[in-house]
Amino acid sequence: MNAFRDIFLTGLLLGGIFALVSVGLSLQYGVARVLNVAHGEFIMVGAFITFWMLGSINLNPLVSLVITGPAVFIMGLILHKTLFRRLMDTSPSLDVFEGKSMLASFGLLYVVQNLARIIWGSDVEGYNFLNSTVTAAQIPLNRLVALGFVIVLGVAFYLFLARTRLGKAIRASAQSPTTAELMGVNIHNVLAICFGLGLGLAGIAGSLLSTLFAIQTSIGLGYTVIAMVVVVLGGLGSITGAMIGGVILGLVSSTVTFFQPSLTMIAYYVIFIVLLLSRPKGIMGK
Amino acid sequence: MKTIRMTRNRGITLGLLLIAFLILAFLPQVTSGYVITLLIDILKFAILTVAWVVFSGPSGYMSLATAAFYGLGFYIAAVFSGTFPFPVLVIMAGAVAFVVALGVGALTLRLRGVYFAIFTFALVLLVQNVVLEIERVVTETRGRFVDTVSTEGVYYAIFIVFVLTMLTAVLIRRSRYGLALQSIGEYEEAAAHSGINVVRTKVLTFAVSAIFMGMAGAVIATRRTYIDPYIAFNLNTSFLPVLMAMFGGMTNLAGPVIGAALFTYIGEILLTRFPDLYMLIFGVVLILAILFMPNGVLGLAQRVWRKIRGGRRAPA
Repeated sequence: MNAFRDIFLTGLLLGGIFALVSVGLSLQYGVARVLNVAHGEFIMVGAFITFWMLGSINLNPLVSLVITGPAVFIMGLILHKTLFRRLMDTSPSLDVFEGKSMLASFGLLYVVQNLARIIWGSDVEGYNFLNSTVTAAQIPLNRLVALGFVIVLGVAFYLFLARTRLGKAIRASAQSPTTAELMGVNIHNVLAICFGLGLGLAGIAGSLLSTLFAIQTSIGLGYTVIAMVVVVLGGLGSITGAMIGGVILGLVSSTVTFFQPSLTMIAYYVIFIVLLLSRPKGIMGK
Repeated sequence: MKTIRMTRNRGITLGLLLIAFLILAFLPQVTSGYVITLLIDILKFAILTVAWVVFSGPSGYMSLATAAFYGLGFYIAAVFSGTFPFPVLVIMAGAVAFVVALGVGALTLRLRGVYFAIFTFALVLLVQNVVLEIERVVTETRGRFVDTVSTEGVYYAIFIVFVLTMLTAVLIRRSRYGLALQSIGEYEEAAAHSGINVVRTKVLTFAVSAIFMGMAGAVIATRRTYIDPYIAFNLNTSFLPVLMAMFGGMTNLAGPVIGAALFTYIGEILLTRFPDLYMLIFGVVLILAILFMPNGVLGLAQRVWRKIRGGRRAPA
């Protein structure tokens, strides 16, 4: 019974992190139509900015969220305004744009990863932060804090989409860009903001992840793959789906890890492929 | 008038191809060392790119599974290294890749657009992890050793595979399958309604293109003495052919070959001049190529050529 409880709790905590890693990707694909293979690289950037500020000015990692989020958001805005906007204008159809933007983001993966390597080196880094454990299940405090942040961010994000004018514009653009534009939405700005928000969330996720796991400039692709699995699981473009998908994958991960840790990655891919084949639209897909 | 020019053009093309063929066939007799090594690399990528274009070019299905078939070739060469002669290994790799691709294709080709790309992307990583796990449990090792073949032998092997790839690509393009694939790419429902067996066409061409990827893998594996799943199933092998095809242009088969040659050569120069910045510059080149050359080098050349010739012919 205790083992079951531990698996469940670990899975839930891990799921929260997976959800956080994935929501940004879902937003980038769902609205801006960019399947960003470089998503994980920005998680890595967020993690390293946090690590670097902790080392240089001893800034609390949870405070540095306020800096990494906006910093990566601005990177995303600039990237969309220069790179993806131009691709969109020159592509004859949405399918072509999706293909090209995916390839361009693969180039971006190289650029970001290698810039980071030049700046921060390729060593494994890490630090201890709130890693005392609480309760009978021996849950590390930093995981609980991370989960708390995920929930707060999720609610804030939901309110932003549901209640604000910009949120409404984003939802309209996700449904139909053309109609949204006809209704007076500045579509290019909305797409750029969505792409930026997606990256900003990746940056925040990176900050939180650096409190939990060791970081390295090459960790990006692993997180991208997790985010892709989660996003397909929940339905491409659905924010709620990404949250649910994250928790499901977290539970699967902790279960498989309990029995045979080396099969975890295989379990991800098997779920992913079975799901793609049986229900490509995902759990919350339309 | 028009037919005469057509035949003359065709004659020139055939002559050029024959000269290129002869030069490539007799090159190892004249030089050795770096030129041959570079050509092996170029031919390898030319095979992967052309094989990718055969299926993904006309159909519009962006396959990122190249590394899976290429890596399978690696493993066939490694597992049966020493038990079978080199040519048999290469043929076996092609056959295995064909069968696997038939299975994968039958399962996945009903996925459309970005889902197909994601699926094939994940497939490479799945195969990589499964092989890693099998090796861990069964052989309790991570990598394997491969018997090497002389550089000249590898060169001729990859050259023969390249010629086979080009011939097959041309034949498929000219056959009913090529036309069918083209119409699937334009409008799949319409193609199905006009009597094309959509599933068979897609799966079969997908599998045929995988043959050459597997063969190339088996040949190149002998260039390395040691392989492991991370080397064999590398995502770069999936993405680079796509980028090379885009870089060269996909309107005809010369585009992918030119793209692969230029791209490999540029990569080689970058690697020797700026070993630290290699990947960074590479990424920048990729992004710029996607941004500014929508029809590839060939498209760019055609545009310039049309400008030089002026208004003699109406633009197509």
